[in-house]
Amino acid sequence: MGWGFAGPFVAVFGLVFLAPIGYALYLSLFQDRLIGGTSFVGLDNYGKALTDPRFWEGLTRVGLFLLVQVPVMLGIALFAALAIDSGRLYGKTFFRVAIFLPYAVPAVVASLIWGFMYGTQFGLVGNINDAFGVTLPNPLSPSLVLASIGNIVTWEFVGYNMLIFYSALKVVPRSLYEAAAIDGAGEWRVVTAIKLPAIRSALVIATIFSIIGSFQLFNEPSILQKLAPNAITSDFTPNVYTYSLSFSGQQHNYAATVAIVMGVLTAIIAYAVQLRGMRKG
Amino acid sequence: MTTSLPTAAPGSTEPVGRTAAASSRAASGTTTSKRRERRLPHTPLHPRPSLPLTLVAGLVLVYTLLPLAWLVINATKDQNGLLDSFGLWFADDTHFWDNIGRTLTYDDGVFVRWLLNTLLYVAAGAGGATVLAVLGGYALATYDFPGRKAVFAVVLGAVAVPGTALAVPTFLMFSNMGLTNTPWAVIIPSLISPFGLYLMWVFAAEAVPTELLEAARIDGSGELRTFFTIALPLLMPGTVTVLLFSMVATWNNYFLPLIMIKDPDWYPLTLGLNAWNAQAQTAGGQAVFDLIITGSLLTIVPIVAVFLLLQRYWQSGLAAGSVKE
Repeated sequence: MGWGFAGPFVAVFGLVFLAPIGYALYLSLFQDRLIGGTSFVGLDNYGKALTDPRFWEGLTRVGLFLLVQVPVMLGIALFAALAIDSGRLYGKTFFRVAIFLPYAVPAVVASLIWGFMYGTQFGLVGNINDAFGVTLPNPLSPSLVLASIGNIVTWEFVGYNMLIFYSALKVVPRSLYEAAAIDGAGEWRVVTAIKLPAIRSALVIATIFSIIGSFQLFNEPSILQKLAPNAITSDFTPNVYTYSLSFSGQQHNYAATVAIVMGVLTAIIAYAVQLRGMRKG
Repeated sequence: MTTSLPTAAPGSTEPVGRTAAASSRAASGTTTSKRRERRLPHTPLHPRPSLPLTLVAGLVLVYTLLPLAWLVINATKDQNGLLDSFGLWFADDTHFWDNIGRTLTYDDGVFVRWLLNTLLYVAAGAGGATVLAVLGGYALATYDFPGRKAVFAVVLGAVAVPGTALAVPTFLMFSNMGLTNTPWAVIIPSLISPFGLYLMWVFAAEAVPTELLEAARIDGSGELRTFFTIALPLLMPGTVTVLLFSMVATWNNYFLPLIMIKDPDWYPLTLGLNAWNAQAQTAGGQAVFDLIITGSLLTIVPIVAVFLLLQRYWQSGLAAGSVKE
C-alpha cells in the first residue's frame, strides 16, 4: 500500500532524475565526429575534460567566487539572524520580512535590476559619475564582473540563509538564556557559548547549499552576458561552458561529460563539508 | 508549527509590564516614577531595544530594499526619464500607468501571453509537485514497505546532484521524445521536488500519529479514505509550505525553460524579460528599457504578494528543513 502513495513520485523521479543521469553517463562514453559519426571512446571525454583549460578556468573562477562570496553572504545572514533573535531591534518583524523579500525575486529580475544599476548609461554608477564628476570603476568590466555577480547572488540569498539561521535560533530553549543571565553571562558570551553551537547543523546545511549553488552558477552570468558581452565569456563558469558546448557547439557528448565531472566534484565537496561540519568539537 | 507569527514581539509585552507595575503601585501606594521605571521588566527574554544595533542592522535592510526601490521608482519613467533623471528619484513627469499599458500591449500583448504561460507552469508544475510530495512523504512516514529506505536514500542523494548537470541529458531525452518546445518540457521536470518530499516526510512523521491510522483501520476505513479524511487535514500546513516553495521555484525558473523552449509563444515571464533585454542590447534592436523595468515589476508583484500573505509558512518550512537531521 505504501507503494501506492509513493509510486507516482518515484515514477516521475525516475524519469527526470535517474534516467538523465544514466543517459549522461552513456553519452559521456561516446564521441560524435563529423566524419565517421558516433563512436565509442571509453573514458576519452573524461581525460579531455580534466585537461581542458577552459573547464579549469571556469572551475577556478567559481572556486574563487565560493571562497569569497559564501563567507560574506553567510556572515551577513548570521549577523541579521542574531540581531533579530536578540529581541533588541526596533521593528524586528519588518526586518525579518524585508531582508527575506529578495528571495521571492527571480534571478532574471534581480540580475536585470542590478545590471541596470551597475550601468554607466542610466544606472546608479552613471548617476554618481555625472553628479560628482568622477569615473568610478565599471562594475561590468572584466576585472570586476565576478564581484558584481557575487553581490547579486548575495542579495538574492542573504535573506533565505538568515531565515534558516533564525528558524534554528527560535527553537533554542529560552530557559538557557535565563540561566546564562543568572550566571552573569554577557550577550556576546550567550552568542558564542549557546546560540552558535545550538545552530551548528543549520550553519552546516546553509554552507552546503551555498557551495552547491556556487558550483552551479549560471543564471546571473547568463543574463548579465547581454549587458557585459566582453566581460562574460562562454566558459565563464563550468555550467555556462556546458551550456554553450551543448547549445551553441552541439557537442552534447562532451557537455554531458563536463556536467558529470562537475556533479561528482560538487557531491565530493558537499560531503566533505558535511563530515567536517558534523564532527563534534 | 504554524503559529510562528511574532505576536509576542518585545513591544507587545510593554503594556502588560506597565499594567503590572501600575497595579503594584496602587497596592503599595508609594512608588515614585523612578522606581516604576525600574520595575519595567527587561528580562533576558525581553531586552530593551537597542538603537545602535537597529542602525547597524538597518544597513542590511537598506541593502535588500534599495534595488526594489530603484525598480519601483524607475517603473514610473519613460525612456527619456530613465536617461535624464537621477536613478533613486522620480523624473519630472510620471508614466507609470502608461508604462503598464504599453508593457501589456507591446508586440500584440506578448507579455500577457507570457504571464498566462507562467500561470500554467505554476499551476501544473507546482500543483503537481505538491501532490506528489504529499503522497510520497505520507507513504514514507506512515508505511513500512519494501524499498522504503532505498527510496529515501536515493532521493536525498539526488538533492546534492546539481540541477544543471541534469539539464543537457534531460533536454536530449525530451528532444527524442518530441517534448521540447511544448509546455510538457517545463512542467514534467517541475513535478519533482526532493526538498518537498523531505519536508512532507518530516512533517507527516510528526503530524500524523500512527495510532490514529490504526484506529481508523480497525473501524474498517479503507486506506484511501483514511488518507483523505484523517491524514490530509492534519498535513495541511506542511502542504501549503511545500506548495509555496514549489510556486516560487516554478515562477522564477529560468534555466529549464531556457533550454527547453525556443518558441516565444511558450516563454514564461522570466524568459520573455530576458528576450526583451537581449533585443534592447542588440544594435538596431528597439530599446525597450522602460518596458523591461515595468515588466520586471509586474513579474515580481504577484509572487511577492503571495509571499507576504503566507509568510508564516516559509518559516515553518525552513525550520523543519534545517533543524531536523
